[in-house]
Amino acid sequence: MKLPVLDYANPRSVAEAVQLLARHDGEAKVISGGQSLMPMLAFRLSSPKLLIDLRHVPELDRIAIDDNGVELGAKVRWRDIETDRRLDTTHPLLVAAIKHVAHYQIRNRGTVGGSIAHADPAAEMPAIAVTCDAEIVVVGPAGRRSIPAVEFFVGPLLTMLTPSEIVVAVRLPPWPRQRRYGFEEFARRRGDFALAGVAVFYDQDADGRIHNSHIGAFGVGDTPLRLSAAEQTLEGEKPNATAFAPVVQAGMAGVTPQGDIHADARYRRALLGTLLDRALQRANERIYT
Amino acid sequence: MTAPIIIKLTINGAPTELDVPARMTLADALREKLRLTGTHLACEHGVCGACTVIVDGLAVRSCLMLAVQADGAEVVTVEGLGQNGGLSALQSAFRKHHAVQCGFCTPGILTTMHALLLAEPEADEERIRDVLSGNLCRCTGYIPIVHAVMEARDAYRRPEQTA
Repeated sequence: MKLPVLDYANPRSVAEAVQLLARHDGEAKVISGGQSLMPMLAFRLSSPKLLIDLRHVPELDRIAIDDNGVELGAKVRWRDIETDRRLDTTHPLLVAAIKHVAHYQIRNRGTVGGSIAHADPAAEMPAIAVTCDAEIVVVGPAGRRSIPAVEFFVGPLLTMLTPSEIVVAVRLPPWPRQRRYGFEEFARRRGDFALAGVAVFYDQDADGRIHNSHIGAFGVGDTPLRLSAAEQTLEGEKPNATAFAPVVQAGMAGVTPQGDIHADARYRRALLGTLLDRALQRANERIYT
Repeated sequence: MTAPIIIKLTINGAPTELDVPARMTLADALREKLRLTGTHLACEHGVCGACTVIVDGLAVRSCLMLAVQADGAEVVTVEGLGQNGGLSALQSAFRKHHAVQCGFCTPGILTTMHALLLAEPEADEERIRDVLSGNLCRCTGYIPIVHAVMEARDAYRRPEQTA
């Protein structure tokens, strides 16, 4: 379908964009790459009166890496993550996950902020944010605030963002070089939305015992999830197949996927188990230095 | 409030001024305002890749971009790929390998692969197939397309000899 009739604004700053949002009281939407919002408009699932384009808003396209971790500006595109070699060591889990996002042409325009604000339960970026205890930085009429990713995602395409707020950045905590990780997802065609996916990382003490385990799942619930029972099962273990089996069982027990035209609920749960097992094995096999 | 917006952009090398409604996609502006109907529209929601054009050097889906967002941009469509009034090396390779059947997806595949080879003339078969996953073709089974693109790489490796 053609897009609904709407107006277009082209502000020069975040403050100006927020003012426009506030003035239109829920009738305006922010657009940047448009790779999630344009299909929503084409399906008329979203019919804002005004689109506020961030293309001339400066400084949101930076990837900042320091001792506090990795900060991705809202306008950072998938291709920017893909081509930034610093991230291979400073956030390899992010790099592994972003390889799965959509197709070439979409990766050239799709943005971090757009994916976070769109909050598709099967999308990679929200899943990485939840798995890594990221903070979502937003700006609204009352100023700037940071929201933990686990609280930010409320339901399918639903977030804590108020109608007058804009996502400006995602902050990922620092990544120790010795950390082990795995990322697995399954889609029927490369680049399509995942039927299920898993992100895993953990650290090890001098004895090789696991601590600080993080296990996230996506495509199997209304939001990206943390599988806390599976994480607890993994804590204190030495990584091997015997230790991983009960973690996989706990992970599968921890989700209640919905069936849909693409896959029924039983299949999605079984798929999650397989992917979690693979992700744990790959985390164990790899050492990145 | 919904008055047309005037945009200035370069299309296939020609400076162009257009007035477009805010809601008009780049794909519709190319087809309806400029009659550049080589850019094909199929799904109109970013799944099929038929409408791919090159904006500032990057392959993008023109159904997922507003025309107003292309203000100031350099746009290349399939009509802009030919050289000296004939087929480009990539287009010739498509003809040689029969990488076209019904032809509906072809403009989007040509623009995508042109942008890819300009940026990555050494792209291997796996990379070509990976990028091609964003373009649906229901006729060819992709094999002749892959062969054509791999053969065309030579022309992008030594651009000074084909200019």
